[in-house]
This record gives sequence, structure tokens and C-alpha cells, in this order.
Amino acid sequence: MSTKIKVVIPCDEANHVCDKTQYKDATLWEKIKLNIHLIYCRACRKYTKNNTKLTKEIKKSKVECLDKKCKESMKKDLDHAISEYSN
Amino acid sequence: MPNHQINPNKWVDLYSDYLFNYTITRVSDREVAQDLVQDTFLAGLKSMKNFKGEASERTWLISILKRKIIDHYRKINSKKGKAEVRITYNDDAETEGDWLEERVADPYDKTAEDTLQNAELGDAIHNCLGKLPEKQAEVFKMKTIQGFETEVICNELNITASNLWVIIHRARTAMVDCLKENWF
Repeated sequence: MSTKIKVVIPCDEANHVCDKTQYKDATLWEKIKLNIHLIYCRACRKYTKNNTKLTKEIKKSKVECLDKKCKESMKKDLDHAISEYSN
Repeated sequence: MPNHQINPNKWVDLYSDYLFNYTITRVSDREVAQDLVQDTFLAGLKSMKNFKGEASERTWLISILKRKIIDHYRKINSKKGKAEVRITYNDDAETEGDWLEERVADPYDKTAEDTLQNAELGDAIHNCLGKLPEKQAEVFKMKTIQGFETEVICNELNITASNLWVIIHRARTAMVDCLKENWF
């Protein structure tokens, strides 16, 4: 069985591939399998649609995050100030 | 009457991204935004006694931040030199292409409405991120917004790859559910 190429994948695997696709981590073969799955699975189609939309919206909104280093230095400053005030 | 607690030790973890994002859509300069957020935390600490617990911590911090942003604009505009429009025809070839035409607003550029919509969308996304469990939010932010590779995140947080994907999956499902109410 293991040597046979698997074309049909279960839903949880399809969702996993879909998540990976959002970050461009999926291989071509995985994507093909996902698309074959999507032909007949309505629930996963919906999930994929929503997931893709989420990625698009986040990209569009250009939300930004502070990087770790900056947060740490902020924390340090704040901690310093806290200890000063409590004294 | 619901009484909200105040705990400055967790401010950076809980609110710094939200506040930063709020600021960056309004001042559009990373350095300035960072400083303003930092100022806000320190000012919040100073006036902690005035926190009555009527609003949530985050709302309270945002109200301080708004003041800080206004102050920032007051400060840069009070410098008279910045207020006047100077058109210099550069002599040096270093800044080639510094033509007057480039200073005119580009009609195909983003309209104000688009920018506003994106700012609102950003707020909505951060609202939803705030509702996620801390771990999920952290992984999701690192992967989606900061765009780190899977291995980097795994090493940093000491989790396995499959663990990461489960967290990502849960976070994405929760995010979709949360954003659905507003945007989908």
C-alpha cells in the first residue's frame, strides 16, 4: 500500500495542506492533492475559501508587529520605571 | 459595576502590538510610533492612580496614546521651519529626478478612503488577535505578520513543526470566526 501513490486524502490532511499553502510552504504534489480533494469536499472548499480570504485581508490591512528585540527593551524600560515608582 | 484591574507588568505583552498598529496608521513612521507607545506606557504608569477601573486597561491606554499622538503633531508643527513649503532645485546630481512633478499628489495613489478602511481592518484584526489565547496569538503573529520560517519559530518557542501547524490551524479558524462578524 505504501508504495502506491495516494491521490485521495482525508479532510484533516487537506486542511493541513491548505494552511501550508497560505504560507507558501506546500509542495506542488500536495497542492494537486488538495485541489483533487476540493472537487468533491464541500466543507474543505469553504474552509479554503475563508482561509485564503483571511490571508488576503491581513496582507491588505498591512498590520505590523513590533519585533522581539524592541519589545524586550520596552519591557526593560517599563520594569525599571515600575521599580522606581514602587519605591 | 465591573472593576477592571491594572497590571503594568503585562502591558508590553498584551497591548504593545495593538498600540503600535494604532499609532503607525496615524504617524506612519516606525521610530516615532515606537517612541510614542513607550511614552504611553510610562505615562500610564505615572497616572496609574487615576485609573478608576471603569474602562478596560486597553481603552484607557489608547486614550493616553491619542493625547500623545496629538502632542507629537503639535510639536512637529510648532517648528516654524517645517511649516513652510520649500522648493529647492537641487544642484547636486545625487538626488536625480527630484522634479516638481513628483511632489504633486498622485491621483492613482491610495485614496483617503482606502487608507481609512485599511486602518479599520487593522484594528479589527488586532481586536481578534487579542481574543486568541496568548500562545496562539504569538505563533500566528510570528508566522503570518512577521513572516518567519517554520523552523525559526520552532527553535525560538521550542515546539515541534506539527505542533506549530496545529496551533496555526486553531488560530486561523478562530480568526476567521472572529472576523466573519465584521468583514466576511
